[in-house]
Amino acid sequence: MSRVLSRQPLSDRAVADGRIAFYRHPLTVRLTHWVNALCLWLLLMSGLQILNAHPALYWGEISRFDRPFLSFGSGDGPAFPAWITLPGFQDLAGGRSWHFFFAWVFVLNGLIYLGYALGSGRVSRVLAPEREQLRHIGRSFADHLRLRFPHGEAARRYNVLQKLSYLIVLFGLLPLMLLTGLTMSPGMDARLHWLTALFGGRQSARSVHFFTAAALVTFFLIHILAVLAAGPLNEMRSMVTGWFVIKTEKRP
Amino acid sequence: MSSVTRRRWLQRTVTALGGLTMGACDRIAESPRVNSTLDWAEEVNHRVQRVLLGRKALAREYTDKDISREFRANGTTNPDTEQYNALAKGGFVDWKLAVGGLVERPLQLSLEELRSMPPRTQITRHDCVEGWSCIGKWKGVQLSRVIERAGLKPDARFIAFYCADTLELTLDGTGQYYETIDLVDALHPQTLLAYDMNDRPLDVPHGAPLRLRLERQLGYKMAKYVMRIEALESFEKLGRGKGGYWEDRGYQWYAGI
Repeated sequence: MSRVLSRQPLSDRAVADGRIAFYRHPLTVRLTHWVNALCLWLLLMSGLQILNAHPALYWGEISRFDRPFLSFGSGDGPAFPAWITLPGFQDLAGGRSWHFFFAWVFVLNGLIYLGYALGSGRVSRVLAPEREQLRHIGRSFADHLRLRFPHGEAARRYNVLQKLSYLIVLFGLLPLMLLTGLTMSPGMDARLHWLTALFGGRQSARSVHFFTAAALVTFFLIHILAVLAAGPLNEMRSMVTGWFVIKTEKRP
Repeated sequence: MSSVTRRRWLQRTVTALGGLTMGACDRIAESPRVNSTLDWAEEVNHRVQRVLLGRKALAREYTDKDISREFRANGTTNPDTEQYNALAKGGFVDWKLAVGGLVERPLQLSLEELRSMPPRTQITRHDCVEGWSCIGKWKGVQLSRVIERAGLKPDARFIAFYCADTLELTLDGTGQYYETIDLVDALHPQTLLAYDMNDRPLDVPHGAPLRLRLERQLGYKMAKYVMRIEALESFEKLGRGKGGYWEDRGYQWYAGI
């Protein structure tokens, strides 16, 4: 038995109307997906709480208070409203407690996913775009804009834009959140100053942390939109039970 | 954070708590069990950073050209008590740092005596818990030298700093600023009792006549207006027992992150 087959422990099941269900998401992927979703949500809200304490961003090592390159709010009341912060009232100390706790959960969860994804060959098997997919990236992009998604057998694998965006999030944005977060710590900075310098200084790292969070929020919105457009029940079912239903293609 | 903003926050918080029905989120955020669970992260951060940083890792030091033109003064910018004002008026010649607690030889050190001890000068970045950073040049005596001169008793585990400023008026006196650090930080080569900032005697907004520099942690650990230091076995009996003014108000005791 080839190793490729042994990695797919559950075979297709026929469901009604000539549709088949295939096992799309293994348990580890489903669990880490939802833990990650919870972490990112709480990290975003507690992060905005922390940002409320000094809602201005700078470039470089230090803050030139007269020259922030971006600042939020009018100075009257919190820059980010209570409903989007954690805790839901101005509380920097509380925000930090939540942030650091879920930062650890995020890191441990991420390590579990990473170990699984690399160890099982999932990254190259499921996430890496195939050459032929990359050649047709333009068409895939146009299809997405029209909210037209692959059906049938073609839906068994991720399409090229899906693959690329997952790769960017998993191996670009999420590690970048962690690294820029770490360099903001004066303790870690004593060990990792080369990394802080790589981001252009502590205040730059803080800004990159913010923009990366904004990029993740953008990803989240597109992700949700895509789920809604591609069939929310089927997509939800696959991320909860693992089973994704496709229509078999009947050729005349 | 300026004390004005802080006060405004407190007022808002009180209004929010009293006047509005709290959402589920806030009820969770306020639950003691949830908060003690969240505290687990502080403990982990502390231990992991202790392992990664050790006793010797130095905070980055910068050059003269990196010094911030505007170095924000936060918290108290003038203790403004009768006693402090009198000392300031005399240029702090009558001020003395009291060193006591679990030490072999309690000391009373004048500014002149501190200045006659071997100095250390360092240009470092000050990171405020709010998120901003400034770079300043600090000159002072290493805390380790003062501790060495006083001689620690074997059961001493923490150094406490008592300050001249009261940040919040409370009936029980717990509004007085104080801080505590452990011996790993106290004996770190960059931990200074600083008397000069940017080649001038420390000014009142930045903590005259003496402030702590603790370069691997956040600004609120670096007590200003230090009047007295004490070696202790535990800080449970100080203030509200959490090891510092802001710690008593929910902030982490270990502020390396």
